[in-house]
Amino acid sequence: MRLRNILVNLALAAGGIVMLLPFVWMLSLSLKPENEIFTPDIAFLPREWDFANYVEAWTVGYAGTFVINGIVVTLGILVLQYLTIVPAAYVLARKRFQLRGLIMSTVLAVLLIPPQVTAIPVYMMLAEARLLDTYAALIIPFATSAFGIFLLRQSFKTVPQDLIDAARMDGASEVYTLWFVVVPQVFPALAAFGIFSVVTHWNDFFWPLLVVTSIERATPPLGISIFASSEGGTEVGAMMATATLIVMPLVIAFLIARRRFVEGVTLSGIKG
Amino acid sequence: MSSIENISSPPRGHSVAAESSDRAPILANAAYLIPAIVALLAFFILPTFVTIGLSFTDWRLGARSLSFVGLDNYRDLLASGAFNDTLWNTLKLNLFVIPTSFLTALLLALAIHSQTRLAAFWQTVFFLPVTSTLVAMAIVWQWVLHPQVGMAAWVLRQLGLNPINWLNDPDLVLYTIGFISMWQLVGYYMVLFLAGLLAIPRHLYEAAQMDGARSGLDRFVHVTWPMLGPTALFVLIITIIKSLQIFDVVRVLTKGGPNGASEIILHTLYQEGFIYFRTGIAAAIATLFFLVMLALTLYQMRVFDRRVHYS
Repeated sequence: MRLRNILVNLALAAGGIVMLLPFVWMLSLSLKPENEIFTPDIAFLPREWDFANYVEAWTVGYAGTFVINGIVVTLGILVLQYLTIVPAAYVLARKRFQLRGLIMSTVLAVLLIPPQVTAIPVYMMLAEARLLDTYAALIIPFATSAFGIFLLRQSFKTVPQDLIDAARMDGASEVYTLWFVVVPQVFPALAAFGIFSVVTHWNDFFWPLLVVTSIERATPPLGISIFASSEGGTEVGAMMATATLIVMPLVIAFLIARRRFVEGVTLSGIKG
Repeated sequence: MSSIENISSPPRGHSVAAESSDRAPILANAAYLIPAIVALLAFFILPTFVTIGLSFTDWRLGARSLSFVGLDNYRDLLASGAFNDTLWNTLKLNLFVIPTSFLTALLLALAIHSQTRLAAFWQTVFFLPVTSTLVAMAIVWQWVLHPQVGMAAWVLRQLGLNPINWLNDPDLVLYTIGFISMWQLVGYYMVLFLAGLLAIPRHLYEAAQMDGARSGLDRFVHVTWPMLGPTALFVLIITIIKSLQIFDVVRVLTKGGPNGASEIILHTLYQEGFIYFRTGIAAAIATLFFLVMLALTLYQMRVFDRRVHYS
């Protein structure tokens, strides 16, 4: 039994090394001066610790721009999504009206549409509106989320009606009741969806690749891909520093809130 | 995951409208619903129909006119050698990635599930790549695999082997891309399996033990696997869906090369639509892709429904 346990852990450790290797290598290269990068010998720790790559990534390169764009875009999307999905999910969960079945079917139908399928017409719309290469092009197409509506609707159904009635009886308006009485009750679902949305859009490459051309508007994945294709062959240290700076926010957040992250990210399983 | 039950439930059983048809309004709280409905129609439903419509035309992005060409785009695609290569590459990549990811994730989940103290630690390690930006990590992998100064080359040298050009060898490139994609997502499938394993009641194992299932393999065959069945099917479908959507690694590392050896369906869609501006052709590829994904997703929803009813 003991022996088997040790073997299982050794096997897991071997796999774990493969999982962590690129992170370690990224950090290592990001701290090395050029002459230590282009050498056939392998050393994890730099002989001289060199933070110049980070300084270069931030000042000469666009690492700061990518991170700021990433924050603007992911938070912009998340705020819009909360503003559209919370009221819609609430009404779909708690009110009766004739078109409810039709609207719910629409929401479910959207869950079936992969993002690559809508890309051409949405791109055309944005081009027509002269919005290409703007934050708007990165944010507006994701203003709502069928998956979010679906998820929140399930949670809103579990909120006790007495709570809502009591708030209304105390004279609270419907809007106030929704945002300050009902919404706090479904915090776990909102948090899970928020993590799902931020992780998805921070890491999304396909959409920014289509609608953004200038490096000043590039989100983290697009930014580093532009960097890699323009000067990746020479500026490896600065590129690895950029990679570290754009990968770290989510990795650190994951390490802090591991459970919520796993929950939020795996939610997408039912969305596909 | 209890809050997300009944994925495919269009209001079932009693119809709400029928119950109170004379009192229920057509639309309750229009202001609450309209922003979401407008966005869903404008950015998802209508574009899907437009894509399908464009697939029957010869439109090129930016052109002033277009004409209806029927099924010509589909016929041209299926007759073109290049697109057949794309389909073949996509199939090869998926036949490698899907079974390997599925089995690795299952083994990882079983191994981690058998641990008590270190389970959380291993779960963190294997899940870490899931949250990281794939494009950035793909670029890092490029340098890990670099044929001269990469870590992989160093290991091969220590073993007395020749360096391998992982991303430039037409026979290897698909497997390298598959490996990087797997590296990112295996922890995700593993977590789904772990959730399924946690849901298996302990007493079943005790009962099986009393019935003579002594070895770990016996317990797996008689308890774990049958109880894990619905989860396994669910994970398999997700693995297929995610694998068919591989794009980032190809775009960043190979752009379909060398010489088309890693040209896969979503990359062809991107090139046709947004590099060559052959919109009609791109729309036809998108439509074909949509049909496959639609079938998979519908099936997945059915499985999900069943899985929830099991527990």
